Amino acid sequence: MALNIVVCVKNTPSSLSVELDPSGQPKTAGVLYAINPFDEYAVEEAVRIKEKNPGSTVTALALGPDADQSVLRETISRGCDAGVLVTGAEIAGGDTLATSRVLAAAIRKLAAAQPIHLVIFGKSTNDSGAGSVGGQVAAWLDWPGVLSVKKIESIDDQAALLWRMMEDGIDKVKVGLPAAVCTVKEINEPRIPSLKGKMAAKKAVFTKWTASDLGLKPEEAGAPGSGARVARYTAPAKRGTGLRIAGGSAAQNAAQLVDTLIERKLI
Amino acid sequence: MNPQGILVVALNQRGQASPATWELLGAGRALADAAKQPLFAVLPGGTAEQARELVERGADRVLWTTHPSLKEFNDELHTQAVCAAAQQLSPARILLPGSVAGRSLACRLAVKLNAGLATDVSEISPSGTVKRGSFGGNLIAEVEFKSPIQVMTVQAMAFPPAERQAGRAGEAAELAFAPAAARTEFVSFSAEEAGEIDLGGAERIVSGGRGVGGPDGFKAVRDLAHALGAAVGASRAAVDSGWIPYRHQVGLTGRTVRPKLYVACGISGQIQHLAGMSNAANIVAINTDPECPMMQQATISVVADMFELVPLVVAEIRKRKGVPVAA
Repeated sequence: MALNIVVCVKNTPSSLSVELDPSGQPKTAGVLYAINPFDEYAVEEAVRIKEKNPGSTVTALALGPDADQSVLRETISRGCDAGVLVTGAEIAGGDTLATSRVLAAAIRKLAAAQPIHLVIFGKSTNDSGAGSVGGQVAAWLDWPGVLSVKKIESIDDQAALLWRMMEDGIDKVKVGLPAAVCTVKEINEPRIPSLKGKMAAKKAVFTKWTASDLGLKPEEAGAPGSGARVARYTAPAKRGTGLRIAGGSAAQNAAQLVDTLIERKLI
Repeated sequence: MNPQGILVVALNQRGQASPATWELLGAGRALADAAKQPLFAVLPGGTAEQARELVERGADRVLWTTHPSLKEFNDELHTQAVCAAAQQLSPARILLPGSVAGRSLACRLAVKLNAGLATDVSEISPSGTVKRGSFGGNLIAEVEFKSPIQVMTVQAMAFPPAERQAGRAGEAAELAFAPAAARTEFVSFSAEEAGEIDLGGAERIVSGGRGVGGPDGFKAVRDLAHALGAAVGASRAAVDSGWIPYRHQVGLTGRTVRPKLYVACGISGQIQHLAGMSNAANIVAINTDPECPMMQQATISVVADMFELVPLVVAEIRKRKGVPVAA
């Protein structure tokens, strides 16, 4: 059964050891970017569904500056068919409310050209780590949206049966399609880009849309369309070096540890 | 009417009240008192008796519904119920638990109410700004809202739970709820192994990392966890090696925890892992490498081979507790 899948990806810093400028914003100069590691699972799941369902398509969707085409190229090398970048000054500085509104509008535009059955997200991004954009996109579209998905047990063009990882076990949830899901790492093991994929990625040309192409007003996107903003970042207080237990026999060390834990009322 | 007051969303887990709710009421009561505003609660899929407890733990007004469609968490139906309550109460701030269900609901609620959203909040100032970890816990983001309504999910263990005061005055009323059609359907639930303590709300956690060496090595970790009444955690290295299931993973890719005591056995303390546990009140590190990041940050660090030390610690704890040392 042919399914059309959209996978949302973000270009994020490869290292989380970020430094702050004097105004409390992360320094961007010299920072290397790559596909958000959690999105690799989303891409892999989309491509696996495509491979099992001949005639299916996978479109990668990203939001960001022009340079973020690199992340779309990465998704092509991993088996996606096409990529769309929503870009332009209007989307800058958006929070999850504004970003999800823009992504939902882009998905609506894609769905006007061909039916979209499923939109897949990673668990969260490794930079802001909000983990809410997927759920918010589903809400804007008024679709079912399921977070923390560790398995897609079955899917056809009408419905999907999902395993959702809860704190105390697994909920099996059935959703009517179209729907959005956010995946967790356990769902699969992402493949390494193939040589053929890398060749295709080199040649790929991506669709670019601005917020106005999506029919959004300026107050609906970017900073003006946001409900929240990060006023500043600070570094967390450093933990001081604590008590070091060493040098004694293993039994002495164990006794000293337990003594200290009792003294400090930790056990 | 201008939005006013704080609304706590009390989510049951398999019909039982969750300790996270008491923490939300603790946080909410402090904010309500500071702002001289009421503290509301909504209880979808709960009972009158549970609603009464929410009053006794600080809520001024509770709306509850036992509607059977809300027995298990359903994103769409729970959103409908909470929106119905929000419409009646018109709160300015809505607090939800940092669980999967809480976050799922917060996403939909924020969109329905066109509200700014902050997830995994660990501090809320009376002025309205909140703090949350960002960049894998390497930075703290101070978030400001500009929307009239603000939605936030609150990290477990970040706020002291509200105590129960028997007979505390407050109002609990049934919420009129008639669910509209939903395309999300709960099918079934399968529980994790019995007796496992959930990492999220655990006061104590014992975790193992690469230094545990293999699945058998987790026996020592589990023994220590058992002796301490602790949950079992793991680093990504241990999970990726297949030594322990993913649900135990602490860190950026796994769970974020804030226990009172975190015992790291054979975990070097890569950024990945620290992201999930560096807010623990006390860290005990057991490692052969005295220079690794975990040992540098620990409240108490023991330079030792965990295979030698941990069984001795378990025996010592049992001795102190007067429990005979099991074979």
